[in-house]
Amino acid sequence: MAKKIKNSSSIEKELTKKAKQSAKQKYVLKLYVAGINSKSSAAIRNITRICEENLKGRYDLKIFDIYQHPPLAKGEQIIAVPTLIRKLPPPLRKLIGNLANKQRVLLGLDIRSKKDE
Amino acid sequence: MANQKSKIKALEKCPTGIGGLDEITNGGLPKGRPTLICGSAGCGKTLLAMEFIVRGITEYNEPGIFMAFEENADELAVNVASLGMNVKELVRQKKMAVDYVHIERSEVEETGEYDLEGLFVRLGSMIDGIGAKRVVLDSVEALFAGLPNEAILRAELRRLFRWLKTKGVTAIITGEKGEMTLTRHGLEEYVSDCVIFLDNRVINQVATRRLRIIKYRGSQHGTNEYPTLIDETGLSVLPISALGLIYPVSNARISTGIPRLDTMFGGKGYFRGTSVFISGTAGSGKSSVAAAFADSACSREEKCLYLSFEESPEQILRNMNSIGINLSKWTKKDLLRFRSVRPTLYGLETHLVSIHKLVDDFKPRVVVVDPITNLNAIGETDEIKAMMTRLIDFLKNNQITTIFTSLTGGGAASEQSEVGISSLMDTWLLLRNIETDGERNRLLYILKSRGMAHSNQVREFILSDNGIQLRNVYVGSGMVLTGSARLVQEAKDRSMELSDSQSSQRKQLELRQQQLAIDAQIASLKAQTEAINTEMKLIADNNRRKEAMIIQQKKEMSRLRNPD
Repeated sequence: MAKKIKNSSSIEKELTKKAKQSAKQKYVLKLYVAGINSKSSAAIRNITRICEENLKGRYDLKIFDIYQHPPLAKGEQIIAVPTLIRKLPPPLRKLIGNLANKQRVLLGLDIRSKKDE
Repeated sequence: MANQKSKIKALEKCPTGIGGLDEITNGGLPKGRPTLICGSAGCGKTLLAMEFIVRGITEYNEPGIFMAFEENADELAVNVASLGMNVKELVRQKKMAVDYVHIERSEVEETGEYDLEGLFVRLGSMIDGIGAKRVVLDSVEALFAGLPNEAILRAELRRLFRWLKTKGVTAIITGEKGEMTLTRHGLEEYVSDCVIFLDNRVINQVATRRLRIIKYRGSQHGTNEYPTLIDETGLSVLPISALGLIYPVSNARISTGIPRLDTMFGGKGYFRGTSVFISGTAGSGKSSVAAAFADSACSREEKCLYLSFEESPEQILRNMNSIGINLSKWTKKDLLRFRSVRPTLYGLETHLVSIHKLVDDFKPRVVVVDPITNLNAIGETDEIKAMMTRLIDFLKNNQITTIFTSLTGGGAASEQSEVGISSLMDTWLLLRNIETDGERNRLLYILKSRGMAHSNQVREFILSDNGIQLRNVYVGSGMVLTGSARLVQEAKDRSMELSDSQSSQRKQLELRQQQLAIDAQIASLKAQTEAINTEMKLIADNNRRKEAMIIQQKKEMSRLRNPD
């Protein structure tokens, strides 16, 4: 993969540069759960692991319990829980479910996994 | 039955406040249970749901929640503002809460197991926040478009409806009609306590809204399709088919507005609260008879509703003025109201519904429908008959005397109503035009009048500047004549009579003269006999004298000849 990039054209160089920039992008993530149950704890466990593995040092993850703050659910248009919202970088993304499908989480959050790099 | 009822607690109902719906559901929707309202696009689901909430607040003081999946709060408020519902004010008073649930499929990525607890939390906090008793989810099917994994959704919806029951709220769930199923995503599987189906059907280019209760667990309900109407006051359902033949009857009589016609009805006119049918060919004076009746009702200070399917109010006023019936003074006093609409404006059912509303608002004692035959344009004879039956039942139940006019077509038999409803009518006046000697004349007779003695005579019907007049027709010499033929015949008869009397006078005179002549003859004959008598006496006298003289002479002679 790295070899390929070296031999690529100028457009590809540009893209690579952008990708490197985005790799330094700070992530603001909010996870909404409803109380402590198997789905909530799985989601928390999964997202923490993914962030630690891929966004170490450049992410801000906050966890909210909508049971404790019902108005939040209305404000953020939460229907399904758990819901992970990527506030930054734009655009806004919503991931629902317990985040068990790692590939989809990475795809949804637009994170390139370490293995890819 | 009554005992059983008191022992077993019947299903509690939650009144909707929507005109007619509570009647056909025997009191409202099942209290504390969800009800499914389904139907195709534009049939009034959202409106019905919104009215349920708003009327719940304004009429029953039950706060309500409207959870919208398709329109946001502002759009909703604007949409129903035209129907007199002030959503924003109710929200401000904390009687109502509106929540707009927005899901954009493109923004959502499914990453594993999830549930709809977010929806539950939002609903739950609103229900607790304003103490809601009523909830609307419009339309929850949007979730199927917005969220992946149908299996989870179905399980969650099932849980949602169960949860709503435990919350004790009466809920309305709306759903779009599917191809083969009641709702596109089969919501009827989960909401099975009460299902109401709305329909907006177009027949002969005329749309009619209908409502039907498909099922209602644990309650009796009307099973028919009921016509519904959306107007400036919202939705109304008409339970008209539920009326029966149990209306009160009255012995009171009211004038027909035509004195001579009253006479034909035994001097008193129609029975109050009956239906009067006037049929006739074009131009035979049906509307005039109806207008005369309206006029007389208004002059008794009774309200009259005039439903015209042909003419505008101004036109009717002008035309009736020309025969001396001044209706405009009654419209000014609001004793007379017109409703002029083309039959094709909407369907039969909608006409019926709007007539119902008008009658309920205005409360007339007399209604004129002129003419019913124009309804042919928007329905089959059977449908019109069904509609008329319901209309008549409704009006009779309200003790309203009604005149229906019906146009008989050129070739049709005059003793046959165009829409086959004559058997529903209590009184039937038949107007006919007959053409003789180059003129047309109007005839009127009473074909039937239930429950009263009535004249069997045909009357000539004359529209003059001074109103409607009825005249006897000429029935002498074995003929029935009208119009100028009647006048001619009457004149002829008079002249005949005259000449008859003259000739008899002459004859009398003649005979008298003859008599006199005979008398004179008798007198002269008498004189003659007297003369004869006298003569005979004279002759007898002479004879006697002669005999005496002869005897004298003989004596003389003998004396002379015999001197010795």
